[in-house]
This record gives sequence, structure tokens and C-alpha cells, in this order.
Amino acid sequence: MYSTNMKKAIRINKQDNVATALNEFVPGDIAQVIDSDGTVSQIYVREAIPFGHKFAIDEINSGAVVIKYGEIIGMATGNIIRGYHVHTHNVVSQRGKSGGNSNV
Amino acid sequence: MCEINMLGYERNDNKIGLRNYLAIIPTVFCVNEVAEVVASQIPNSKPLLHTHGCCELKPDLERTTNILCGLINNPNVGGCLIISLGCEGVNNEELIQTANRAGKSSYCVILQKAGGMTKCVEACLEKIPEIQSQINASKRKKIELSDIVLGIKCGSSDATSGFAANPAVGSAVDILIAHEGSAIFGETTELIGAEHLLVNRCANNETRDSLVNIVKRMEEKIKRTGVDMRGSQPTPGNIYGGLTTIEEKSLGAISKSGTTQIQGVLEYGQTLLGHGLYVMDSPGKENEIMTGLASGGVNIIVFSTGGGAPQGFPIVPVIKVASNPQKTIIMKEHVDIDASTIINGVESVENVGRKIFTEICAVASGKKTKAELLGYDKTIGIYVDGPSI
Repeated sequence: MYSTNMKKAIRINKQDNVATALNEFVPGDIAQVIDSDGTVSQIYVREAIPFGHKFAIDEINSGAVVIKYGEIIGMATGNIIRGYHVHTHNVVSQRGKSGGNSNV
Repeated sequence: MCEINMLGYERNDNKIGLRNYLAIIPTVFCVNEVAEVVASQIPNSKPLLHTHGCCELKPDLERTTNILCGLINNPNVGGCLIISLGCEGVNNEELIQTANRAGKSSYCVILQKAGGMTKCVEACLEKIPEIQSQINASKRKKIELSDIVLGIKCGSSDATSGFAANPAVGSAVDILIAHEGSAIFGETTELIGAEHLLVNRCANNETRDSLVNIVKRMEEKIKRTGVDMRGSQPTPGNIYGGLTTIEEKSLGAISKSGTTQIQGVLEYGQTLLGHGLYVMDSPGKENEIMTGLASGGVNIIVFSTGGGAPQGFPIVPVIKVASNPQKTIIMKEHVDIDASTIINGVESVENVGRKIFTEICAVASGKKTKAELLGYDKTIGIYVDGPSI
């Protein structure tokens, strides 16, 4: 279990390789990552993460897919280490641009 | 689960109005001023000011005419005043005929024939008592849950929208559909990256194909501009709020449609004739999708928001469901239902879903939404494809 004064994040689906911050994090914080089934794991946060933003809970290699809601939300443009911020600076959409394809 | 304790307004097409407004409709942007002045002098009237009706390609003029006709047909409209300039591209005759066919009292005044704004306003005001008395004589009928046609929209989304307000709205939509109500969601741009999940919910192949087609059409339309969608979708506000890509935004957005079967796909502004859950091809832009939904016949809208979108709609009550704990406090005067309790771990998605459903019934029973009380309900917008010429 986690204490209410601990900083929390949520992993929406078991397959996700990112968690969403439910608090503001500073480098060095330990995040209590709550899974959809209520289980909690701890992640060492290495960068400042604003509320609502994502951080890696697995190593994500350059070119690998970023998964949230159990679905692909984009592709990593560089290696992302566990605990680092995952956002527009290191993830790119595959849609709405030349070469992007429907997933149906 | 909850009763609607009000008599609705029964229209000729058997649709039920939850409100009974006089719509004041300029056929073209050139007469917005007249519509606004007339509306300011008539209680219970709603001016539907827009920026179209002339100097556009034919498909867009037809679109504008169809949307204005759709708004006249909206069950929350009891009658209408049509303000025409006299030289515009939109045909005012079609609007008059639409009102006649709907059995709604109407009056059309043409500015260039009346001889200017002052005479135009006088002519409208002279005619008002007759129209108002006909509007007030609208037939009344007890509202059933199956009479609810709910528009669903999310706006100013952030990371909280996808796991608080949107799934809670989806839960309310599931309850409404289970009670034989109807609902329409749209925002085709925000289906991009999530369409593979929605096609599995389509009732038949035709719906599945239409859904895939509207998403492809929207994506192609964006690509044809030669400009990458990144930079405008997700919006700067979405990105600030933690949403990284359109796929992420879409996956959070579609949860507002609940889990039931999708019965069909409507073109922008197309009248809903069936029953159940539908998708309407539409942009995410707030005023334009709400105008499309209203033209399609929704009599109430639920609008979820993360960052705090304030807007309502002139002829349709809009219930705001807020998601972000901090923004819910800051934007309190615009919030009807607080779904941030899900983020704080105080309430479940299902609990908030039931609250939203209860609020839908209350607003259908006459309770005013925050947007109605504030009068934050002035903007409509017609989604067109082509350039101004």
C-alpha cells in the first residue's frame, strides 16, 4: 500500500511503458505508480515531471513505440531511460503527417 | 434511476424540445447586427450569429443553408425570425420553407427591401407578439428518457480528461443508451489513432466503412494542406496539460462515447433519424461541432474539459464536466459536475457517471446549466471546406 502523502502516478494499462504523474515531481522523487488493478510499484524519477505529464517506467529505445491505455501513442525519437520525462521532445506522432497511415 | 419531471415541447417530427426558444437567424453575416439588436429586445430569443452565407464556393453555401435549416428544425427551437440582406448566396426561401414544414411560426424580413436596419428592427418587433404567442402555444408532452438526444463533446483537454471526465461521461452515455436515449459524438480529428477500437463497436459493415472513411478523409484533408498537424493538434494547451500526440489525445477522447454499439455515421449537421449511439463527422473546434450537433437535432450537450472550456451553445443547454483538480477550483463558475474527484481517488468513474446522468435529467427538467446562467452561450460556427472568395 501507499501512504497518502507519497507522490503518485498512474499506469492506466498493464502494457503501458509510461505512467502519468498525479503530482509534480522533482528529480530524485520516488513515484508510487498505481496500476489499474491497484498494485503499486516504485519508480525513481530522474527529471522534473509536471502534473499530468508522463515518465518512462520501462526503458524505451529509440524507434520503439510508446504505449499508454494499452495502445500506441507514438514513437520514441531517442532512447528514453526509466524515470525520464516522455513528451513532445522525445516522442513523435505517426499520424496526420505525410507518410502517416491509418491503423485500420 | 431518475425521472424527468417536466413537460417537453412536442414538435411535428415527434422530437421533444427541452427548451422553447425563438431563434433569430441571419441568413448571412452581413445582417448579424440586425439580429443582435432584435434579440436584445426580445426575451427568450437567441440570435444565431455566424460568419457565412456569401462569397463562398457552392458546397459551402449549401452547407450553410443546410446547417441553418438544421438549427430551425432543432427541437429546442419553437419559432424563428429570419433576417436576410437580399443579395446573399444563401436562399432565404429554403429557410422559410423549412420552418413551415416543421410547423414552426416564422417571419422573414429582408433588410434591403425593408429599407435599412431601423425599419427592419421595427418590422421584426411588430411581428413578435404573434410569433411569441404561437411559440408559447407549443404542444407539451412528458419527457421520456428515450426523447433525450445527447451531444457529446470534450474540449480544452489535458491528461486528466482521458481517465476522469471522459470515461465518466462515457459511463453516463451507457446509462442513457440503456434507457433507450440517443447520443452523438464526433470530433473526427480526435478519432485519429483510436479508430481501430471504434470499428469493433460498429453495428454493421456500412457503419464500420463510414467511420474509417471519415477519419481517412479528415487525415487526407490535413495532409493536402502540406502542413504537419503537429503544432496545432494536440493544441498548445493539450501539450501543456501533458498530452503528447494526437493518438494519445484520441485514445482519451473516445472514452466519452461509452462502450455501446455505434449505430451509424452522420455527415456534419445531418439530422439524426435513428436511435442509439451515432458518430458525426466534425472538427474538434468547439463552436463548429456544437453547431453540427444542434443541427443534427441534439436537445442537450455534455461537454467534458480538463483545462476549463467555458462555452455553452445558444439553443442547447451544455453541461460542463471538469476533470483537472486545480482547474476545477479555478474555473468553478463554469463547472456543472466535478469529475476531478476521480483523480483524487475520492469517487469512482461509475459514481461520477451516475451523477452526470442525474444532471442530464435535471437539466432536461428545466435546471439551468452554468453556461445558461452566465449567458456564456453566444457563439455558433459553421464548419466549411473551401476558401472565402
